[in-house]
Amino acid sequence: MAGVMAVAAESLAGGRARAARTVLDQVVLPGEELLLPEQEDAEGPGGTGERPLRLNAGVRARVRVVCGPGLRRCGDRLLVTKCGRLRYKEPGGSGGGGGVYWVDSQQKRYVPVKGDHVIGIVTAKSGDIFKVDVGGSEPASLSYLAFEGATKRNRPNVQVGDLIYGQFVVANKDMEPEMVCIDSCGRANGMGVIGQDGLLFKVTLGLIRKLLTPDCEILQEVGKLYPLEIVFGMNGRIWVKAKTIQQTLILANILEACEHMTADQRKQIFSRLAES
Amino acid sequence: MAAERKTKLSKNLLRMKFMQRGLDSETKRQLEEEEKKIISEEHWYLDLPELKEKECFIIEEQSFLLCEDLLYGRMSFRGFNPEVEKLMLQMNSKNKTEEVEGETVELDVSDEEMARRYETLVGTIGKKFAKKRDRVNYEEDENGHVKPTVKAKKMFLKPQD
Repeated sequence: MAGVMAVAAESLAGGRARAARTVLDQVVLPGEELLLPEQEDAEGPGGTGERPLRLNAGVRARVRVVCGPGLRRCGDRLLVTKCGRLRYKEPGGSGGGGGVYWVDSQQKRYVPVKGDHVIGIVTAKSGDIFKVDVGGSEPASLSYLAFEGATKRNRPNVQVGDLIYGQFVVANKDMEPEMVCIDSCGRANGMGVIGQDGLLFKVTLGLIRKLLTPDCEILQEVGKLYPLEIVFGMNGRIWVKAKTIQQTLILANILEACEHMTADQRKQIFSRLAES
Repeated sequence: MAAERKTKLSKNLLRMKFMQRGLDSETKRQLEEEEKKIISEEHWYLDLPELKEKECFIIEEQSFLLCEDLLYGRMSFRGFNPEVEKLMLQMNSKNKTEEVEGETVELDVSDEEMARRYETLVGTIGKKFAKKRDRVNYEEDENGHVKPTVKAKKMFLKPQD
């Protein structure tokens, strides 16, 4: 144990930055610096000896790289601020960018981010705005005009304790977060007050992202069980509703537990459920 | 005695409009240049050419939307909430529009038919608004389409000797 720790400490204390490309899908720890691809040639001491000399070595092709959650800019390099696996996404069809790097980490505490769709609970109604608890450090404010078809005379029917599905328009560390229930064109697109009944429960943020990936097997299997409705909030909250209370509870338990189950265990549980 | 001592006018006074009317263009230009120099010297600027070199092309974003393509958050299965199912199709297809490039919008009327209709439309509407004399120019085609025929305009012909 002591030997492993010593080795780990040595490699980190060495301070040599690693190339981001070599660390993809591996665990990175906060404090590590990562080199972007274009800088490797200039800095690697012996690895790139065979490459031909570039005539314009001083001028580097500047590609716009996006550093996502868990990474920060540190001079020309990326500094890791959260522990997790480093991920990379190639630039899309437009081809302009240089790709996106981010750290896939796990946490339960949500920090409001602009553009995220979240489930909030209305805690107070004061004048023209509602105070909505989204699980962050501050309650977000939601104006009563930010609903589809709402005017000064025609107020939306929102009570304290209602569940709201909306997105953030302002969310930074200096200001109180603000959310709305319409998109930029003025349409609701499914946002607004979430209906009656159902159950709201909390899970980790990583699970939400896992469930919302395009080919998620868990959701496909869950969808085959019985008719149900689910709403996912990026703040770790899930609302489920099924025809009976028992079905709703089963669904909630499955979603909470599937984070720590392997694929086989999951299949066993689903087959058992399908029988009963 | 007063003539020996020239009254010294202040700079501000000399800069006034009524004093400058008498000056010639050269002195005017010089005065303007001096003014501009004074103003531009008072502007503050950063004298750090290295800063431009260190300008980095790394953008920081805290949102996961850019990183991963996530599906829309509201879902309904087996017809529990038909509106949400419709929404699911709509929102998830918005993300996948790049893949579906081959599909074009289905037209009710094809382009060629549209062109044919317009061709005949010009004739029929034109005939409606044409004066009695010009209506002679419109003649019927074999298919029953009304088309205007271009006839030579009647002009004055000079008599030949």
